[in-house]
Amino acid sequence: MRKILITTQQDFVAPRFDLATELLIAIVKDGEIIDKPKTIIMERPSEEELCQIIIGEHVTEIVCGGLDEVHYNFLLWKKIKVFDSIIGDWETVLTRSIDQTIESHTVIFPKNDKQLSL
Amino acid sequence: MLEPLELDTATLLEGIPHPAMIVDMNYRVCGMNRLIEAMTGYLEQDVLGIHGELVIRSNTGNNHGQLFKKVIKMGELISVTGDVLDAHRHKVAVQYTISPLKNTHSELCAFLIIAEDISAHMIDGGIDLQFENSQEIIGYSPKMQAVLDLVPLLAQTDASVMITGETGTGKDKIAEIIHKNSSRSRYPFIKINCGALPPGLLESELFGHVKGAFTGATRDKPGMLKLAHRGTVFLTEIGDMPLPLQIKLLSFLDDREFIPVGGEKKLSVDVRVIAATHKPLREQIQKNEFREDLFYRLHVLHIHLPPLREREGDLQYLCDHFLQNFTKALGKNIAGITATAMKQLLEYHYPGNIRELKNIIEYAANVCRKKNVTVDHLPQYLSTVSQEHSLNANAQSLPQKTTQKTEPPTQERPVVHHAKETWQDIERQMIIDALKQCSGNRTKTAETLKWGRMKLWRKMKLYGLQN
Repeated sequence: MRKILITTQQDFVAPRFDLATELLIAIVKDGEIIDKPKTIIMERPSEEELCQIIIGEHVTEIVCGGLDEVHYNFLLWKKIKVFDSIIGDWETVLTRSIDQTIESHTVIFPKNDKQLSL
Repeated sequence: MLEPLELDTATLLEGIPHPAMIVDMNYRVCGMNRLIEAMTGYLEQDVLGIHGELVIRSNTGNNHGQLFKKVIKMGELISVTGDVLDAHRHKVAVQYTISPLKNTHSELCAFLIIAEDISAHMIDGGIDLQFENSQEIIGYSPKMQAVLDLVPLLAQTDASVMITGETGTGKDKIAEIIHKNSSRSRYPFIKINCGALPPGLLESELFGHVKGAFTGATRDKPGMLKLAHRGTVFLTEIGDMPLPLQIKLLSFLDDREFIPVGGEKKLSVDVRVIAATHKPLREQIQKNEFREDLFYRLHVLHIHLPPLREREGDLQYLCDHFLQNFTKALGKNIAGITATAMKQLLEYHYPGNIRELKNIIEYAANVCRKKNVTVDHLPQYLSTVSQEHSLNANAQSLPQKTTQKTEPPTQERPVVHHAKETWQDIERQMIIDALKQCSGNRTKTAETLKWGRMKLWRKMKLYGLQN
């Protein structure tokens, strides 16, 4: 079972991990999402609190925008897979994460028919 | 008529020496230069059409395009400091500037974003390294060290600063250092001497005027406050500012808005104000010569520069520094100052402070033809004042009865008289002495002074010595 956390900002992956306040957690089993993804709204942006949530929720994969070196190394040390510098709408990013076709620095263009907001 | 330029934005962006990108009115990337590609780790072709803030990842509070909206509202560029996360997962301190770009119909059509890397100037806490290495101020005495410790802290805030101190203590220099070490350092530092201009002219200089405001106002003139937008205005001799202008300045400090002379429209500027004076402002308030409310508005942060006589130990360093500079400038080979000459320099109490010391050393460097500066090379008034001092000291050490019988030497009079002696007076006297020595022969006089004949002629003309 995999537990994926995406830091979001409205329809997009949040540009920065340290400034993100919206989190989306999805549990994936055999390539399928179990239940509806859980959303957590943080009171204020905080890298430390975010890391505590990641550890507390037993997250196995992080998908985020810009992430600084210290927290990147911390998460790796905690044996969490990190895909950072991701640009794209979180729905597509989540699908790609489930399919395991995402890697750091992936840029996903929003589909033309979609009206997304940041 | 000139044809409007049709520019290739790619070449324009490459000409900018900082990471830069252009975004359209939907804040989507239209172009990037190589420096921003290197900073963000994204290639231009991969992110064209993506929201600029997703690419640049700054913490400048522009996540939802707030700064872009502000630029649209104000119609002018915005510059803030912050950091961006670079391709190597490092936070890079930047000066983040968003400028509006207009088309040939003067309609806003895009934004230019420049993220200037300022990390080289910063250390933890945002204090500038430049200050730590600064050789601009020589001050090792405890009083001066206290001042220098305070300066970086004052540079980090935007509050008004009041610098007080006797004439010649370096108030201008400190103001400049505060500006240089602040986040406003890339913008202008404008100095205005409030005592040097008549009231009407000072108002026009400060706040500007519009065409037709008064006779001779043939065009709009921006005032110093407008020219210093985003920078610092240094109001020196604030104690000499006329009262009506003090009210206008107070109003500006409260609202950061002002109306130019003869104008109707309020102008809004972002300027930090540093003021300085050698006058006791509290006494001036009591005499109704300075507004109390303006005093408290300017007196948010305060630095008092100690006079040279209270800066024990600094005098020798300053003497060496000035002597080295003047020796180099004059192409001479003076090694130093003899012990007796230094003793005399140390005994003097410098009412003109560092400015006066500098003049004394300049005189000595000019006059000295030996390897070391001796007492003979120092201005004569130094020895007179020293004698007066020793006489005074002796007189004070004598019993009361005795001092009453003897005529007490007046300490103030000769000091004040000599303090007013300028370098021009000294130079004039030097020429007269040399002329006397050479029996009026100008060629010999010029040789004695190690000047050319032309220079001697110019100086004699300047000092009215030709007849």
